[in-house]
Amino acid sequence: MGEQNSVDFDTEGVKKNFLFVNRKAPYGTIYALEVLEMILISAAFEQNAVIAFIDDGVFQIQKGQDTTATGMKNFSKTYGIVAMEKEDADEDDDIDMVWRIVVEKESMEARGLTPTDLILDVEVLPSTELADLMAVQDVVFSG
Amino acid sequence: MKIGILVNEGPFTHQASDSAYHFTKAAVEKGHQVLRVFFYYDGVNNANKLSEPQFDDRNLVKMWGELAADHGIDLVVCVAAALRRGIKDDILADGFRISGLGQLIELGMAADRTVVFGD
Repeated sequence: MGEQNSVDFDTEGVKKNFLFVNRKAPYGTIYALEVLEMILISAAFEQNAVIAFIDDGVFQIQKGQDTTATGMKNFSKTYGIVAMEKEDADEDDDIDMVWRIVVEKESMEARGLTPTDLILDVEVLPSTELADLMAVQDVVFSG
Repeated sequence: MKIGILVNEGPFTHQASDSAYHFTKAAVEKGHQVLRVFFYYDGVNNANKLSEPQFDDRNLVKMWGELAADHGIDLVVCVAAALRRGIKDDILADGFRISGLGQLIELGMAADRTVVFGD
């Protein structure tokens, strides 16, 4: 290890709107898994978050995933923690954050899926409304 | 302006790290403050000091380190992403440090703009 420039930020009282855009299928690349890790960490900072699933990202929350044949780790159960964090945010007055889980309508329908096929309770938004929602975010992370 | 940078790809397969480097350099030279550059996904490979590009190619690992030294920029590699890719303290290039994903969320909170480089 050589020189480093470690800094600390004063983020006391800062509340921002984070958007996490899940665009990729759950397996095949690591993006879905590592976005999920970002989302879970962000909960500790009590920031507002929109967790959006678009394009093949919708498959990340499809029911009945079975990775046995590919030898990949099936991490779909971990989305249950996202649901739990949202539930806590909705119901616990001591937790000051708003979380929304959103699926783009066009992406879902193009893949022959309906909300009952999904492991999370989602808001289904047409792409125009999702675009409006994206426009008001402070920080956008995607994968 | 206070700027946060996220680099999501390694130094060779994609151009994202090159673009991030040039953006960071230009921003600092224009008088902006780059609070931190955070490396995630394959972006953690930017911190591998064992990287040896061919002699006539740019060496991004070294360039990031020099930029950090010249301008006091904090280069942070995500620990979880790094460990699964074999990036550990003993092969960490100058200027980089390994820390948690929380440092990315904090960066998003502290920066006026968070700029993401990746596919």
